[in-house]
Amino acid sequence: MDAIGRWFGRYTLWIYSALALLFLLIPIAYTVVFSFNDARRSNIVWRGFTLDNWTTVCDAQGVCESFVASIGVGLAATVLATALGTMIAIALVRFRFRFRGAVTLLLFLPMATPEVVLGAGLAAEFLSAGVQKGALTVILAHTMFCISFVVVTVRARVASLDPALEEAGRDLYGSPAQVFMRVTFPLLLPGIMAAALLSFALSFDDFIITNFNSGPFVTFPKYLYTAAARGIPAEANVIASAVFFIAIIFVIVSQLSAAARRKRLARLQG
Amino acid sequence: MAQGSFAEAGADLELVGITKRFPGFTAIEDLNLTIPAGSFFALLGPSGCGKTTTLRLVAGLEDATAGRILLGGKDVTNTKPFQRPVNTVFQSYALFPHMTILENVAFGLKRRKIADAIGLAHEALRLVELDHLAQRKPQQLSGGQQQRVALARAVVNRPALLLLDEPLGALDLKLRRQMQIELKDIQSDVGLTFLHVTHDQEEAMTMADTVAVMNKGQIEQMGAPEELYELPRTAFVASFLGQSNLFTGPVISSTGDVIVVEVGGRKIAVPRERAQRHAGDVTIGVRPEKLVLHTTAPKAAAGTNLIGPGRIVDVSFSGVSTQYLVAVPGLGELVVFAQNMVFGPVVTTGAEVWLTWTVDHGFGLADDPADNPRFVADTDTNALAVQKREKLEAELEEA
Amino acid sequence: MAFGAFATAGAATEPVARKRSKIALILLLPGIAYLALFFLVPLVSLILTSFQTPSELAFGEPGVYDYAFKWENYTDVLGLYGEHIFRSFFYALLATVFALLFSYPLAYFIGVKLRRFPLVQALALTLVIAPFFISFLLRTLAWKQILSDDGVVVTALQGLSILGPEAHITGEPIAVIFGLTYNFIPFMTLPIYTSLEKLDLRYVEAGGDLYASPARTFFSVTLPLSAPGVISGMLLTFIPASGDYINASRDFLGSTKTPMIGNVIENNFLVQQNYPAAAAMSILLMAAILVLVGIYVKKSGTEDLI
Repeated sequence: MDAIGRWFGRYTLWIYSALALLFLLIPIAYTVVFSFNDARRSNIVWRGFTLDNWTTVCDAQGVCESFVASIGVGLAATVLATALGTMIAIALVRFRFRFRGAVTLLLFLPMATPEVVLGAGLAAEFLSAGVQKGALTVILAHTMFCISFVVVTVRARVASLDPALEEAGRDLYGSPAQVFMRVTFPLLLPGIMAAALLSFALSFDDFIITNFNSGPFVTFPKYLYTAAARGIPAEANVIASAVFFIAIIFVIVSQLSAAARRKRLARLQG
Repeated sequence: MAQGSFAEAGADLELVGITKRFPGFTAIEDLNLTIPAGSFFALLGPSGCGKTTTLRLVAGLEDATAGRILLGGKDVTNTKPFQRPVNTVFQSYALFPHMTILENVAFGLKRRKIADAIGLAHEALRLVELDHLAQRKPQQLSGGQQQRVALARAVVNRPALLLLDEPLGALDLKLRRQMQIELKDIQSDVGLTFLHVTHDQEEAMTMADTVAVMNKGQIEQMGAPEELYELPRTAFVASFLGQSNLFTGPVISSTGDVIVVEVGGRKIAVPRERAQRHAGDVTIGVRPEKLVLHTTAPKAAAGTNLIGPGRIVDVSFSGVSTQYLVAVPGLGELVVFAQNMVFGPVVTTGAEVWLTWTVDHGFGLADDPADNPRFVADTDTNALAVQKREKLEAELEEA
Repeated sequence: MAFGAFATAGAATEPVARKRSKIALILLLPGIAYLALFFLVPLVSLILTSFQTPSELAFGEPGVYDYAFKWENYTDVLGLYGEHIFRSFFYALLATVFALLFSYPLAYFIGVKLRRFPLVQALALTLVIAPFFISFLLRTLAWKQILSDDGVVVTALQGLSILGPEAHITGEPIAVIFGLTYNFIPFMTLPIYTSLEKLDLRYVEAGGDLYASPARTFFSVTLPLSAPGVISGMLLTFIPASGDYINASRDFLGSTKTPMIGNVIENNFLVQQNYPAAAAMSILLMAAILVLVGIYVKKSGTEDLI
């Protein structure tokens, strides 16, 4: 009895964590499974297995259009936010300037503000400025909340750059522009790419701020929300599942290749 | 700095009245230094003494608060690093991780638009015997190999002055010895001027033609390694470079040749020309390896100092030699190095011994060891700045 | 970076920043100007809107307002929706506590127990953030179906006589809190993981060496050392949760019993076009959040914020 108690004690954490991780995956599994549902108007009751949804994804009205819209907005917002955010991150780490505390606070506040407030505020501003709500306002809104996240990500990367590397670049006859192009930027690139990916993910999945600022323009999450009342078509599940698998496979592959690279390096050096 | 040209066989470096102040702390105050072309010069000192700051000022990575830097007669004080014919081998090597070592070595050449940069880079890699690994990235090389690439990357540019910032610190002993010889060879082969910054006195003495000992932003003494070792002028140099037995006492008599100092009831003679001060309370010293151990009281002889009896307090056998700690009443504890001429230590702890040394081996210092505590205070630059700031704040509060 | 995404166990010393603040200005200006225009100005806009009064020129048409100083907007809104405010913070608090209880052991497992297997550790982390890769609307909907009256869970619980034959889960506060908890688990887990990942196990060993039981060591050593991560996670969960309205929406896990501030603001803004009320509520919510953030900033300073 005691032995069982001890065995249980040792492995409780393992069992708990396995169950916890499985629990986290339940809605994902549900969504994926129901993408194969032979649904009629609403995808709530399981009727039967079919691949039709996957082969004729764009049949359901609005699904593909909203998906493309989300991709477009995501790309635009990512480019803008990454550019603006990277510049801020470099300035924060590598330069001395006054009002550093104020800048940090300004960057931090959007992350701490509830989305309803951000969304309503922007909508109020667009309203008083007389700007029509649409794709443009959505892009402007997304860029705004992505900048802070880009700064956080890139800043970590900039701070971890050995300053001796840039000094070596200058010592070896590189002008400031050359040092940036050939030493700093290539070394920052992984961080910038990570920030861009994060930014895209945030933009793609955003609903609340988009809802307040899109008017007639429909992104994928907005489509899901408005369709939720009458029943989300299985094709939406298909798109969501596809995005999920692409993202997961991408992450896992990059983890595996990083691990493989580490092993190769250890062998070469040892 | 003309593009595409190489400096001819090194140039003179002159530092005139250099001062460097950081917020709340002065690293270097009115430093004057001349390094002749083609020499291997070592700047030696503990961490925080300002030697790395000096190096960075010469490289252009820091701006001097005051003073001028002249390279081959030309004033380069206000030029940027990429305009100076100076290259640095960094302490951490600073090899670009995203480039192959070939691209690393070719980097400086390409920036100066030298023809056939790749070919010259290969040549430099062959010089350090790493050409077969040209396509590898720095992370794929061992520490010693990375060090050689860093050297090749700097040397390939034939700079007028090559700066080395403690480049051998991360290497193990054997590799370090090897690299010391290689560096010396490359320097004399290529005829460059080397400025080597280090806290390792053995390294400085074996490699350099001239050594400058730096302490708290000032050069305490400069000269050939033997000169500094055998005739230190300050207590810091006497203790930093090897070990010294130091005694402080009043000068009781002086002749044309020697001064005689009374310490702990004994009279010790020091050659006049090897003493910095000839009157009042002076500190004199003698190196541990110059002392001879006697197990029986020797006869007083002309030209030698005799002290004793004392007791052996500690015996440390290290193979090549034995270090004895001898307590002599009135003089404190003396360190004696004895070469291992027989088999191991010749006396044991507690034995009564006498010590003699040739008068000519003694030296007299310009200052006192009391000014230099045994443990050098925490001399990390950041820590120093923090301490200074705290001191300032404390003073402000009292005021 | 304490608050932003992950907590650090101690900021690493950074190299001394260089001068040349002119270049710094050029780098900062576009981004900061953008944020000023699209974050600060909207906040100001909200404040101004919250004081507006229905325009006399509107002839009864909704959505047209004049600038004014109608303080009553705030008192009206507090009176009408005070209950919603309380409910939102209550749900958010419960969700935060549940998320903490759920996530801490998981974060401990991944950050401490899995240290010997870095690849498995990375994969476990991937699983923790996997929910992010499915739109949270679909996640919440999935739970709605799973917890619906005809779903597996309710039928099973009814079979075990835990739930009565007429009982439901969806539409009850418990469902909303459940949804909030689930959606914010990654936000809670990751900062705690980051703190625990850096935990020097020798502290735990020292605890044992000094005669502390495992439980005592946990509460006296591990928990305090992981406090930055815990606080980070709690803030990252509580703040967005209090403003959330998807979970509480009638189309998802909520019902007419469970509206939160977010629902009220959305409704007033987009449906009723009662901009002043929506703005007043937003400002109240923002003020409450700022108080929390202010306390946090006061304790840890601005350097660690991002």
